Amino acid sequence: MLIKRAADIAPSEITPQAAYLRRREFLAGTAALELGALLPEPGRAAPLAASKSPLSTTAEPQTALKDIISYNNFYEFGVDKDDPVKHAHTLKTKPWKVKVDGLVGKPADYDLDDLIKDIALEERIYRMRCVEGWSMVIPWVGVPLASLLKRLEPQGSAKYVAFETLVRPAEMPAQRGVFQPLPWPYVDGLRLDEAMHPLTILAVGLYGETLANQNGAPIRLVVPWKYGFKGVKSIVKISLTEKQPPCTWNVQNAREYGFYSNVNPTVDHPRWSQATERRIGEGGLFVKRRPTLMFNGYADEVASLYTGLDLKANY
Amino acid sequence: MPAPTLTRSTLASLLVGRDPIRRSIYLLGMLPAVFTFYLGLVDQLGADPQKTLERTLGLWALRFLILTLAITPLRRLGLANLVRYRRAIGLLAFYYAALHVTVYTLLDQGLDLAAIWADIVKRPYITVGMLAFSILLPLAVTSNAAMIRRLGGAAWQRLHRLIYLAAAAAVLHFIMLVKSWSPELILYAVLIASLLAFRLLARRPRAAAKRASAPAPRQAARAHNLPP
Repeated sequence: MLIKRAADIAPSEITPQAAYLRRREFLAGTAALELGALLPEPGRAAPLAASKSPLSTTAEPQTALKDIISYNNFYEFGVDKDDPVKHAHTLKTKPWKVKVDGLVGKPADYDLDDLIKDIALEERIYRMRCVEGWSMVIPWVGVPLASLLKRLEPQGSAKYVAFETLVRPAEMPAQRGVFQPLPWPYVDGLRLDEAMHPLTILAVGLYGETLANQNGAPIRLVVPWKYGFKGVKSIVKISLTEKQPPCTWNVQNAREYGFYSNVNPTVDHPRWSQATERRIGEGGLFVKRRPTLMFNGYADEVASLYTGLDLKANY
Repeated sequence: MPAPTLTRSTLASLLVGRDPIRRSIYLLGMLPAVFTFYLGLVDQLGADPQKTLERTLGLWALRFLILTLAITPLRRLGLANLVRYRRAIGLLAFYYAALHVTVYTLLDQGLDLAAIWADIVKRPYITVGMLAFSILLPLAVTSNAAMIRRLGGAAWQRLHRLIYLAAAAAVLHFIMLVKSWSPELILYAVLIASLLAFRLLARRPRAAAKRASAPAPRQAARAHNLPP
């Protein structure tokens, strides 16, 4: 007997198995969104189609969406972890321009859509380790930074890539008033070879949807082997430079935050150990610390970038 | 049915004293700890519940320390005389500090004594925090009437002046662990600095009075077991 799939079920109606297996997370996410409805309205998320990537980590459970969107360091919206989810809804991310300048063949003020047009979106499930000693596993959606940089045609003299976050005090409450925690704009950068590494992405979404504002909408940097603060959010400027660009936290406190800021369990922060971390969403009140991995577990991929570099001196 | 009532009230007076106001201070004062722990158990403390619990307990310890230090200035300035509640408020500061240290040692560090010792020795903010707690410990132990009698008023008073050092260490501990200053932290730092400065400034006329051989204020203070 020949069994055929009934013709009235369109392929688009069939739930992918992965999504089906994650139905509880989806429900939990929905519950969180309902809870979120009590809070000021978050940035509207739109679905994104992205292909899977062999560079994703699949061994560990992903952090729940509700934690990823409610526990953030985004000082433009306040210094507490719940400030961004409370205040970021005021940020307008459309239209969005990104200025590209410096040592590139195609400098311009790009509309975000034009900037990454025709670069295929990929899902990249990465560990994210914060310098404060906590971590998450986040299914980002984004484009390899290398693909974008190649399109922008870096000149031979370009050695670094610098990124800059939006300054818009009217929509970013910690950018106005007396208590401004950092100098603005928030800036950071990478060596060109770090920027061109296949693991480095510009994320435009997570969990299959566009980024929430508090996660750095509409476009942010993700460098999974570095501490989270290297991931510049809500990027408005990308510059290619010959000299090492300034990094906000390094400018703020050079003794504690270096240019590289690679995740390294053997080099402590001057005030606290980096040997262990708490995985968010794991164990609740009684969460146990887990060992932090060299280069956040990406040593096989990135250690060669730093051959001969003293990682203690270049923290 | 007098028996159960008696038992209950005896237990209550053992735990929180007989004075209804003092009793309310203890009970209300412990509410933030109970409530926060409850929120943690039902997963309502956000993404990093252990850290939130730890921070909340530490913050309340600092707040009660500030209240304890405020009582003498309030009285001196003729605003309120709350001296009879100072012990309760001071003990609440100690209870919160003890809970804060317990969460750190037990939940955060999993009672890994080597790691805790390494933290105390290597991390100045933990060194300073532990210093604050280890000062509060003997003050809490000697906070009852029997200990005042045993130590004698003057010695007891000298010992309890260590609260100034504990408060300074506590707020320093807070300053040292943050990545950037928040309005709340600045408020606490200013309050503690002002309350300590009040002691320094208020001492001068008394020192002058003493030089003018007028020991009366000192005796009065001693009689009431009051640190200046």
